[in-house]
Amino acid sequence: MATETHVVEAAGRGAGNHEGVAYPAADAAAPGMPQLDFSTFPNQIFWLVLTLIAIYLLVAKFALPRIGGVLADRRKTIESDISAAEDIRRKAVEAEEAYNKALSDARAQARDIIAEAKAAVQKDLDAANAEADAEIAASAAEAEKSIAEIRSGADRMVSEVAHEIAQDIVAAAVPGMVDEAEIAAAVDRRVKGGA
Amino acid sequence: MATETESHGGEEGLVFHPMDQFLVTPLFGGGEVHWYTPTNVTLWMALTLLGVACLLVMGGGRAIVPSRFQSVAELSYTFIHKMVEDVGSREALPYFPLIFTSFLFIVFSNFLGLLPLAFTTTSHIAVTAVLAMAVFLGVTVLGFAKHGLGFLKLFWVSSAPTVALRVILALIEVISYFVRPVSHSIRLAGNMMAGHAVIKVFAAFAPLVTISFGLGVLVTPLSILAITAIYALEVLVAFIQAYVFTILTCVYLRDALHPSH
Repeated sequence: MATETHVVEAAGRGAGNHEGVAYPAADAAAPGMPQLDFSTFPNQIFWLVLTLIAIYLLVAKFALPRIGGVLADRRKTIESDISAAEDIRRKAVEAEEAYNKALSDARAQARDIIAEAKAAVQKDLDAANAEADAEIAASAAEAEKSIAEIRSGADRMVSEVAHEIAQDIVAAAVPGMVDEAEIAAAVDRRVKGGA
Repeated sequence: MATETESHGGEEGLVFHPMDQFLVTPLFGGGEVHWYTPTNVTLWMALTLLGVACLLVMGGGRAIVPSRFQSVAELSYTFIHKMVEDVGSREALPYFPLIFTSFLFIVFSNFLGLLPLAFTTTSHIAVTAVLAMAVFLGVTVLGFAKHGLGFLKLFWVSSAPTVALRVILALIEVISYFVRPVSHSIRLAGNMMAGHAVIKVFAAFAPLVTISFGLGVLVTPLSILAITAIYALEVLVAFIQAYVFTILTCVYLRDALHPSH
């Protein structure tokens, strides 16, 4: 064989002979490169075409529809799962919004109620205050009136007592010279002037 | 990818057979390789088919939450589906089963070829040329069927400033169009063949320690390390080349569906 290179060639018997026993036909025909041995081409091409047809039938009739179907199924499953998840997420967002709205509504309502109650209390308070003021004013006026009455009563009694004492003093000092009207005028003059 | 080292009788030597792994041999007995002969090509293509069937049957579950196998099958489906849609445009989607078929065949052949003692069907130009020619012819026929002579606009760069320049560019475009199947097939076969051959070469150096200890004590660990490193690289290449082949198919398909620049 042309491709054999012997570093140490055995004397008298080449390795080619040894190989030749195993592959007599090939050895006889093989040039430097078995790839260029055209006598084997029909054989290789025949088996190649047969193999390719077999693989093609296997691939096109059996494997590809199957694998393609599985891949499409998986894609569909994943897509439907994702859209279901999206639905649930949207629902969750909606629920949160509803919750927040309910919360803010309740807050507003509570504020209203508080304001209403405050207003009612204020009104009651104002009314009670006014009533109390009126009562106080009434009783103050009454008290003033009675004070004035008492004061004028006291003035009259003072002048009466002064008149009686003056008459008694005049009667005791000058009997028979009692002129009641003159004495009263004189006492009144004195009281007013002294006062 | 067996380590093929043979000592012959009392004589010792390193034996290099880096290309023997690519020999097409009949499975049963010897004789000539006819077109119908079951060969190691048959065996490894059958194993490729078995691998694809395993992935698609075991990964063919219908669970909404996929099992591991189902996940791998679905990942490869969406990987290629997205590639066809993004690179080849939406109109390329009807050809997704064909592209997926070629991807599965190449990726399983490449990885099966990495098994020790395996035969790599995609390292043969006969195999990759059939795939590339199928893509080339299919795309060309599709282009003419969809657009009639309008498909030729693919070669006419209307954004070029002068007519003379457009003619030159058209010539270049036509040449590059016809080179496509060549580069498309040789890229894959060449990558697979080169990596496997290099591993074989290092594998042949590995038993040096049994011949000459002084030299081998250094070379043997180094070559084993190199085998490991290149194997790791080849694992990467096995996937990348399947990916590249498929994405180029999508690019060519896009050109056929949308020929105007």
